Amino acid sequence: MKRITLFAGHYGSGKTNIAVNYALNLRANGKEVIIADLDIVNPYFRTKDSAKELSEAGIELISPAFANSNVDLPSLPQETYKIVQDRTKFAVLDIGGDDRGAYALGRYTPSILEENDYEMIFVANFYRPLTTTAAEALEVMREIELAGGIKFTAIVNNSNVGADTTPDDVLATVKRAEELSKISGLPVIFTTAERTVAETLKSALGNIFPLDLQKKLF
Amino acid sequence: MAEKVLMKGNEAIAEAAIRAGCMHYFGYPITPQTEIAAYMAKRMPKIGGVFLQAESEIAAINMVYGVAGTGLRVMTSSSSPGISLKGEGISYLAGSDLPALIVNVQRGGPGLGGIQPSQSDYFQATRGGGHGDYRLIVMAPASVQEMADMTAKCFDLADKYRMPAMILADGTMGQMMEPVVLPEPTDYDKNKPWAVTGTKCERPHNIINSLYLQPDELEKTNFERFERYKQVEENETLYESFMMDDAEYCIAAFGIAARVAKNAIMAARAEGIKVGMIRPITLWPFPKKPFAEAADKVKAFISVELSMGQMIEDVQLATGCKKPVTLCNRTGGMIPSPEEVLAAIKSVAGGNK
Repeated sequence: MKRITLFAGHYGSGKTNIAVNYALNLRANGKEVIIADLDIVNPYFRTKDSAKELSEAGIELISPAFANSNVDLPSLPQETYKIVQDRTKFAVLDIGGDDRGAYALGRYTPSILEENDYEMIFVANFYRPLTTTAAEALEVMREIELAGGIKFTAIVNNSNVGADTTPDDVLATVKRAEELSKISGLPVIFTTAERTVAETLKSALGNIFPLDLQKKLF
Repeated sequence: MAEKVLMKGNEAIAEAAIRAGCMHYFGYPITPQTEIAAYMAKRMPKIGGVFLQAESEIAAINMVYGVAGTGLRVMTSSSSPGISLKGEGISYLAGSDLPALIVNVQRGGPGLGGIQPSQSDYFQATRGGGHGDYRLIVMAPASVQEMADMTAKCFDLADKYRMPAMILADGTMGQMMEPVVLPEPTDYDKNKPWAVTGTKCERPHNIINSLYLQPDELEKTNFERFERYKQVEENETLYESFMMDDAEYCIAAFGIAARVAKNAIMAARAEGIKVGMIRPITLWPFPKKPFAEAADKVKAFISVELSMGQMIEDVQLATGCKKPVTLCNRTGGMIPSPEEVLAAIKSVAGGNK
């Protein structure tokens, strides 16, 4: 198990949700965990939305000061350096969407590469309009790698159509995830689904990671 | 591709526009509509279209004016303060009888306001926004699916009536992700006899113009334009009637407010209060008739809005003030909760004014 886990991918592919669930899962397994929000692009739907849950679980959250303040100010706090400097803790990094979002990662890339104890995960949702095929997803992967300066090491299939996702919706994307794995040479380390959907998929898909979703308001 | 995809409302508008044949987009980034520009920036170069980030909103709307004059489908998008800047250009489009799509993903105002959702540009959208005698076709989506469908519809109506059309969405509609089935790509009639496309020395020059120095001439063009507006009112008014058959109280709400209101209506009905809703889908033309008819049946109206009360004036006008119309609202980027709307329903149904 690597010390740093980075989640990057196409805008709106579900990185934040997975990062939060992944951090909670690590913590539940007794690990000391820091989660860092490196998104300087999008002012809405942030790691900080789960601040209460994370703090109750004993997870340290590093988040830009402007997050959830309605101020569009692209900056990261100095505490962000902890993710590379404090090697006693596991770090989960929530990277901003697309290549634009991954530029902020570049500042920490040299240290991450030097330590060489990381998993750089591409979050794929094949129901998102600009990554509906493996070829399109690969293009986004390459763009993010160029911007962030780190190559991906694994893929997570997070294909969903929101709260109404059925098990069949997930199963319909397995082939495309395998195709992406083939053309990128990277393993699909797990498939995600909302907890109740994940339960029914357990037998069909070996490695499934159940997600608790944020509340739907209307 | 009839497969459903998961999209933000902003992305749905951008993709639907491309599928409606729009190959020209001009804009300037502003939260909460930036995804429209970002999507266009990614897609347009791949399909031979034009994405141009202008130096300002004013420049963008005038680029729209230029392409619209050639008869091609063209759009711009912004959020509230940016739409104010476009006001002059929108008036020129209307004054030159040019079709175009303008998208306003509203945020709280006035002034620079904030980045949270709002519906407080209702007056601006339905009364013109710029100067002079003119109207815009204004559609108000209440789901990501409608964001896509109304984009196609607005382009069609704008072409049909030679006038600009607006999608009046809000921050929630732009930002929320929902499954959507995108409309099939369609072509449209590019042979517009009025467009400036080069005469090839085969016909007289077409002129795109909104300047009429002779007042009688200007009056004549305005009269003619308003004859067309009358056609739009007669043929293109859209609304949704929700649980109105036995309703004793009627909610008026559009966009995100209508979604909140539906939750409140179900809760009120569970408590035995017969309440329904008329949801205007076109804000201009406003669905006057269903409101006028409801005024003879229901005891009272409640206008639910994310503003200090703007559509409420149209409800009062359409109902001839036959029944009381009360306001249930939040503003400045706040959204009324289903509980707040339910309390408003109970207050009206309880006989307290």
